[in-house]
Amino acid sequence: MSAALLIVAAAFAVALGLGLRARAGRDMGLEQWTVGGRGFGTAFVFLLMAGEIYTTFTFLGGSGIAYGKGAPAYYILCYITLGYVTSYWLLPPVWRFAKERRLFTQPDFFAAKYDSPALGMLVALVGLVALVPYMVLQFKGLGIIVSTASYGAISPTVAVWIGAVAITAYVVVSGVHGSAWNAVLKDISILCVVVFLGIYLPLHYYGGYEAMFQAIEAQKPGFLALPALGQSPTWFASTTLLTALGAFMWPHTFGSLYTAKEPRSFRRNAAILPLYQLINLFVFVVGFAAVLQVPGLTGPDVDLALFKLSLQSFPPWFVGIIGATGVLTALVPGSMILIAGATLLANNIVRPLRPGMDDAATASLSKAFVPVMALVCVGFTLSGGDTIVQLLLMGYNFVTQLFPCFLASLMRRNPLDKRAAAAGIVAGVAVVAATTIGGFSLARYPQLGPLRDVNIGVLALVLNLVITALVAKLVQPSVRISRLASR
Amino acid sequence: MRHLRWLAVLPFLGMLVGPYFLNRVEPFILGLPFLLAWLVFCVLATSAIMALIYITDPQNRTPEEGR
Repeated sequence: MSAALLIVAAAFAVALGLGLRARAGRDMGLEQWTVGGRGFGTAFVFLLMAGEIYTTFTFLGGSGIAYGKGAPAYYILCYITLGYVTSYWLLPPVWRFAKERRLFTQPDFFAAKYDSPALGMLVALVGLVALVPYMVLQFKGLGIIVSTASYGAISPTVAVWIGAVAITAYVVVSGVHGSAWNAVLKDISILCVVVFLGIYLPLHYYGGYEAMFQAIEAQKPGFLALPALGQSPTWFASTTLLTALGAFMWPHTFGSLYTAKEPRSFRRNAAILPLYQLINLFVFVVGFAAVLQVPGLTGPDVDLALFKLSLQSFPPWFVGIIGATGVLTALVPGSMILIAGATLLANNIVRPLRPGMDDAATASLSKAFVPVMALVCVGFTLSGGDTIVQLLLMGYNFVTQLFPCFLASLMRRNPLDKRAAAAGIVAGVAVVAATTIGGFSLARYPQLGPLRDVNIGVLALVLNLVITALVAKLVQPSVRISRLASR
Repeated sequence: MRHLRWLAVLPFLGMLVGPYFLNRVEPFILGLPFLLAWLVFCVLATSAIMALIYITDPQNRTPEEGR
């Protein structure tokens, strides 16, 4: 057993221990298990939200996309920031409504706002479909980390199984409390590791930032700016905007905002979180440093860039520290995703079908769903190849379809009713599914000019809006009549 | 000071429209490629703008809101 693997195993053990400790002295009813009793202060909410956004995708994927694509990676820096700007106004009313109605999940919100458990079920389904690929990514990351830290002694398949068992055990015992404590540990370690790597690697290999970027520019001219075609500024703007709108539409992110004690936490975080996510800058730098040092990684292997470079730069014990950080970046969001997914299933799909189910039964059912969901995700992890990236993009475009009726529901007088909302979601999701599975792309139509680089999700969102408006127009008279009748 | 919240439009302009005009590698700013340096500046400016909005927002001055 290598020193690296020992350190990674120790990180697993500490995370589990913290999860168990967080449980002590609390009765884990539905409210404690899913939303931490709605008692988290600014600092904890900050960590949970940051914790969900900084996943293995940031750690390995962020450096991977910088390594593989160059400048298009910058969008990661932008969309999260813009998401935080909108959160200042969007999250407090959601929180107030959720507290008043004692909501647990994201579909609860839609069901309550539109007075329709059926709409809640639809939202839950969309959320579940989107969560699976997100979870698969965490498992893939764990697989890469554990097998790299063992210097090949543990195969990625075995590593994925170990990771799945660890996450499941830890979620079942501690719920959202364990996530918050591990988020503290994770954030301290990711900050130290990424900032160190982002400063040390360019200095060590090139003598400085400017020297490194000049060397890259000399070898690959234009790599550090957006290309004129393909991932052009139009692609950049449309993708950034779409993902920014979708950032808070993920069921697990939405769920974590219920954990706050007071809505001011969100407003304060809207100013602090943009700074905090500058960590991504160092992640990109690591990816760029790898461009000329470990060339030749292509396809899904670009995600290995950070580790390949670390293996050739550092002794095993330090690779272990990096691996341990990576494990935490997968565990924390992974556990949030499993909690959110299992609660969606129990609370918003099973519960409406079985009237009379109480909170306690829902809580135990959602705990029972955790291993089921983990198993499904392991299945996808081990069977899927490239298609996972495709699935993730699909996931992001799926959750963004919830945005129009979400925004409408926050208005003083919601112009939409449940039928318009449902029709819009179904239309948007159908377009995303059809275009993703069919591999349709606007790039096939050169006559569109610069518009052909627009992210396909925009097309789905536009169609969603059109259908929503149309149905709203059609059903409006009947709504008015029924309102008159009820007077 | 409610109108200060319109400053929140600036991050969107800077990040979504900015790259059309500032999409270049050189000159390097503080060692970073030009476009990346611009976007990092936008992030810093966003944080400052949101802090300003937070401080001037009367909603944040009343204690015990939302309990």
